[in-house]
Amino acid sequence: MDARTESLRIADLHAFYGESHILHGMDVVVRAGECVSLLGRNGAGRTTTLRAIMGLTGKRTGSIKVNGAETVGLPPHRVARLGIGYCPEERGIYSSLSCEENLLLPPQVGAGGMSLDEIYAMFPNLKERRHSQGTRLSGGEQQMLALARILRTGARLLLLDEISEGLAPVIVQRLGEVIRHLKEKGYTILLVEQNFRFAAPLADRMYVIEHGRAVAEIAQHELEQKRDFLQEFLGV
Amino acid sequence: MTEIFGVPLPALLGQLMLGLVNGSFYAVLSLGLAVIFGMLNIINFAHGALYMAGAFFAWMGLTYWGLGYWWSLLAAPLAVGAVGVVIERLLLQWLYKLDHLYGLLLTFGLALIVEGIFRDQYGISGLPYEIPDELSGAFNLVFMFLPKYRAWVIVASLAVCFVTWFMIEKTRLGAYLRAATENPKLTQAFGINVPLMVMLTYGFGVALAGFAGMLAAPATQVNPLMGSNLIIVVFAVVVIGGMGSILGSIVTGLGLGVIEGLTKVYYPEASATVVFIIMAIVLMIRPAGLFGKEK
Repeated sequence: MDARTESLRIADLHAFYGESHILHGMDVVVRAGECVSLLGRNGAGRTTTLRAIMGLTGKRTGSIKVNGAETVGLPPHRVARLGIGYCPEERGIYSSLSCEENLLLPPQVGAGGMSLDEIYAMFPNLKERRHSQGTRLSGGEQQMLALARILRTGARLLLLDEISEGLAPVIVQRLGEVIRHLKEKGYTILLVEQNFRFAAPLADRMYVIEHGRAVAEIAQHELEQKRDFLQEFLGV
Repeated sequence: MTEIFGVPLPALLGQLMLGLVNGSFYAVLSLGLAVIFGMLNIINFAHGALYMAGAFFAWMGLTYWGLGYWWSLLAAPLAVGAVGVVIERLLLQWLYKLDHLYGLLLTFGLALIVEGIFRDQYGISGLPYEIPDELSGAFNLVFMFLPKYRAWVIVASLAVCFVTWFMIEKTRLGAYLRAATENPKLTQAFGINVPLMVMLTYGFGVALAGFAGMLAAPATQVNPLMGSNLIIVVFAVVVIGGMGSILGSIVTGLGLGVIEGLTKVYYPEASATVVFIIMAIVLMIRPAGLFGKEK
């Protein structure tokens, strides 16, 4: 695939929850094969951006193009079928489903998804616990499961929301390895992260989000020279 | 003759059988209510009316088109399910974001309208529906006579309950249903067409009611009020079992039917109220119902 192909283009996106206006003209571009991170303080609108892409917010205006196709008018299940895998901030593990049922739940949305064997090779814990109730898994296992279940579907664009949040350093490190591995396999990743130290080495580019808009865009090689700016914005 | 606590065995077994028959209706009806409540968050007060409609569709099929019992067993639930799909698309789908109360009021109003239409057309004296030849007569079990139709009602209801339970708990489609019940938005974000599932779930839930009505047609009579007579008890069953629990509604339905039957033998004065007494006791001890989860 041409590296210049845009997997995702968000332009002048406004999104609402009921009466509250959360996104105020968000502009984000993610090219095929890129890993892009959205940085920002709590409440800046990063999670809402991912939810708006999936159509899970209230009213939306503006444009969200997935592989060139406009999706703002589409219901969530049609958006997902364009080849998007969504890993929500709260992980969204179902308590009424076993670990393996959770894993097998999302339907195919594209060709070339990982097989169950590949996934179990990548996350051996999940195989051991496949008959356990989904929410009986540890926090780390639940995060692995939330990530693993969108790799089975053939989705090539992954929206990952705060996957390192609240996890032990050794598990965060493991997740970093997984993301690096997915990048090598050519997945396109949009990463919402609070943990700058986790996101910075993984992301090819970063957007700084403030008040529901992208206020700055920083490429990997500019990280050093923009350190002061980032410190001011994120308090890193 | 053998007696148990002063009641002759055949009389006791006869009432036990009747209790199981009633319990079968409770089970199928409360199962439908539980499935609908889980997915749509709507307390379907139209359930009794659609149960009655199932019986009427069977009667109409036979009277107007000569459609026999066995074909009606398939056609009546399908017709009721189709009515359910139309109700969901036209009316219910606008209520999901509102309080339970709105769904309850709307479906209650629907029940009144449906019943009113059938009362207006057919009166309230009840219409007979013959037991099909294959199921008339009785088995002689030596210690008692078991009418074939009663045995059939119990077997057919249990089979339908089992198939429903199996579908929901053990299949992939059931996993979709459970997931959509637990977290509809996320499930839709995985690419599953949840609105379609909601529509079909309502159709399926009321088709269960139609099936129960169809089974009841030869056992009782086809009467526009047959649903409202039954549905209050069924709601008590659902409250006792716990709203939204599949297995709970099946077990509670059968169990309460039997308890009701036994009460008729030993203390007939309480037979009409025993279910509500049990409901009050259960609510005191376990407010979420016997099988329900506390929220």
